[in-house]
Amino acid sequence: MHILVLAFKSMMNRKFTIALTIFSIALSIMLLLGVERLRNDARESFANTISGTDLIVGARSGSVQLLLYAVFRIGNPTNNVSWESYQDIKRQRLVAWTVPLSLGDSHHGFRVLGTNLDYFRHYRFGGGEALQFATGVPFADVYDAVIGADVAKNLNYQLGQEIVLAHGTGEVSFMQHADKPFRIVGILRKTGTPVDRTVHVSLEGIEAIHVGWESGAPRPGLSIDAEQTRQMNLQPKSITAALVGLKSRLAAFRVQRFINEYPEEPLLAALPGVALQELWDTMAIAQRALLAISILVVLVGISGMATAILTSLNERRREMAVLRSVGARPWHIFVLFVGEAGVVMTLASLTGIAALYVTQLIARPIIQSQLGLFLPIHPPSTHELMLIGAAVSAGLLVGLIPAYRAYRYSLADGMTIRL
Amino acid sequence: MDTQADAINIQNLTFHWRKEGAVVLDLPRLLVGRGERVFIKGASGSGKSTLLSLIGGVLLPQSGDVSVLGQPLRALSSAKRDAFRAEHIGFIFQMFNLIPYLPIIDNVLLPCRFSRRRRLNIERRGIGLRDEAVRLLEHLDLPATMLQRPVTELSVGQQQRVAAARALIGGPELVIADEPTSALDADRRSGFLRLLLKECAEQNTTLLFVSHDSALEPQFDRGIQLAAINQAVNEGG
Repeated sequence: MHILVLAFKSMMNRKFTIALTIFSIALSIMLLLGVERLRNDARESFANTISGTDLIVGARSGSVQLLLYAVFRIGNPTNNVSWESYQDIKRQRLVAWTVPLSLGDSHHGFRVLGTNLDYFRHYRFGGGEALQFATGVPFADVYDAVIGADVAKNLNYQLGQEIVLAHGTGEVSFMQHADKPFRIVGILRKTGTPVDRTVHVSLEGIEAIHVGWESGAPRPGLSIDAEQTRQMNLQPKSITAALVGLKSRLAAFRVQRFINEYPEEPLLAALPGVALQELWDTMAIAQRALLAISILVVLVGISGMATAILTSLNERRREMAVLRSVGARPWHIFVLFVGEAGVVMTLASLTGIAALYVTQLIARPIIQSQLGLFLPIHPPSTHELMLIGAAVSAGLLVGLIPAYRAYRYSLADGMTIRL
Repeated sequence: MDTQADAINIQNLTFHWRKEGAVVLDLPRLLVGRGERVFIKGASGSGKSTLLSLIGGVLLPQSGDVSVLGQPLRALSSAKRDAFRAEHIGFIFQMFNLIPYLPIIDNVLLPCRFSRRRRLNIERRGIGLRDEAVRLLEHLDLPATMLQRPVTELSVGQQQRVAAARALIGGPELVIADEPTSALDADRRSGFLRLLLKECAEQNTTLLFVSHDSALEPQFDRGIQLAAINQAVNEGG
């Protein structure tokens, strides 16, 4: 009988303790893999949110802040970009296209984005995919709205339905633009980006609902109804930010410098890739802390295993003596114990991986709706396999301690049965 | 291997545990012939377990020589001594002889896992390993119907008989029994001894039987008082 078969049979004799040990290590490995997976997939999901855009332009602030409010719809802009400056940028020789973005309103916690048809033409996500309509068409009228997939799903909205936008970006708003309802004319296909959680209207629509709101609130005693508003000049005076596409990527720095040094007003142009990296870096510390904790949890699991094996050592001294008497070598005894650690770590890894997939299946829809992170289910990556390998190696290494003790015992005891 | 050589030949052996420790064993000479069944009487603490470890090659004496079946053990590396023990010697201990997590048959067959020679000894006779184990167990009054039971459910007497079957399987030249009957009551003691001696006689196995119980001595070819031949104890008083 191979000595590992003996190790296995011996473990079967102690199923319950061993199963508990395997369970605790499996949980720790699941945690480690889960944290790693979240780190990598969240980064990917972030990076997939915007592509094809060469510059993001907004009022002067930080590039991370600009990225957050313009692309991720998180936080609020500090200032606006005047319509004249936007037109000036648009006219630049090196600029191929621009998409204006106007933020500041919401609908049941979903952000409202004022833009124009160029948004549907030029916005790209993932590997350069364009927005597609699940149903309906882009907005044409002032009071038309196009909603993202999650908005439609969560609020159970259909084409033709009328919605009222709220002033401000809070989940609950006390100031509604109730006098000017919008009609849903299009629902976008799921993208796995913040677009899914956005209500899109035209810039004119944004302008229309704020007529008479110049001070930030409706002027008392003055109300202009929706049809009257249509007749007014609805060209916006400012926008929140703009996405800019260039004729050549190589021009990015030149255009960026032009915008950053724009004399009329303080502006900021950010390279999306660089800003994403910066954003990622700000989160790096928290991520590293998570990783460190999960590694520590694995080590705790492994030392639990070593403790369990060490505890069993004394009861097993007579087993070792019997094995020696029938011709087992001290290294057989050594392998018997290291083998146990190996079997425990292997089974724990497999259980941990299985548990990870089960958890992912359950948690994926929740993470997607709550955090807007799209986490794909994929087979273990090389990196993850290396992590598992490292955990198993650490387990074997720690398993050497009881194995070495057993080896010393069997050398010292020989065939003498000590109790 | 010299088939004519003595089963055990000890010359001028001294052994002490620690470097400067007291001498535990000092045996000028001990000879056991092939096929002899020898009773060694020794109280506990008289160094008998140490003597058995020296014959088994688990320990080496500080001086003197131990030859088993004509093979000087000192000439072998510790790995070779482990292999030699597996090939040629069967052991029976006082108690707890069995591996609790192995079935009875696997306990009996354990030496065959470590010794190719003992495995081949059985296979050469055209018998399967398990059949041989069952045959031996039946000879030792353990019917085949019992073999499915976990070893932990066996009585002490039954456990000792399984241990005897394990010591004998594959026909080792030498069987060493270290107080195998001390945990048995008088009836079972003689029953066990009768079966063991009969089986050794059939296989022409040399038997070295260590016990403090002189009542068993008459059933052996020869009896040796360890205290009488061990100079270390004599010197100590």
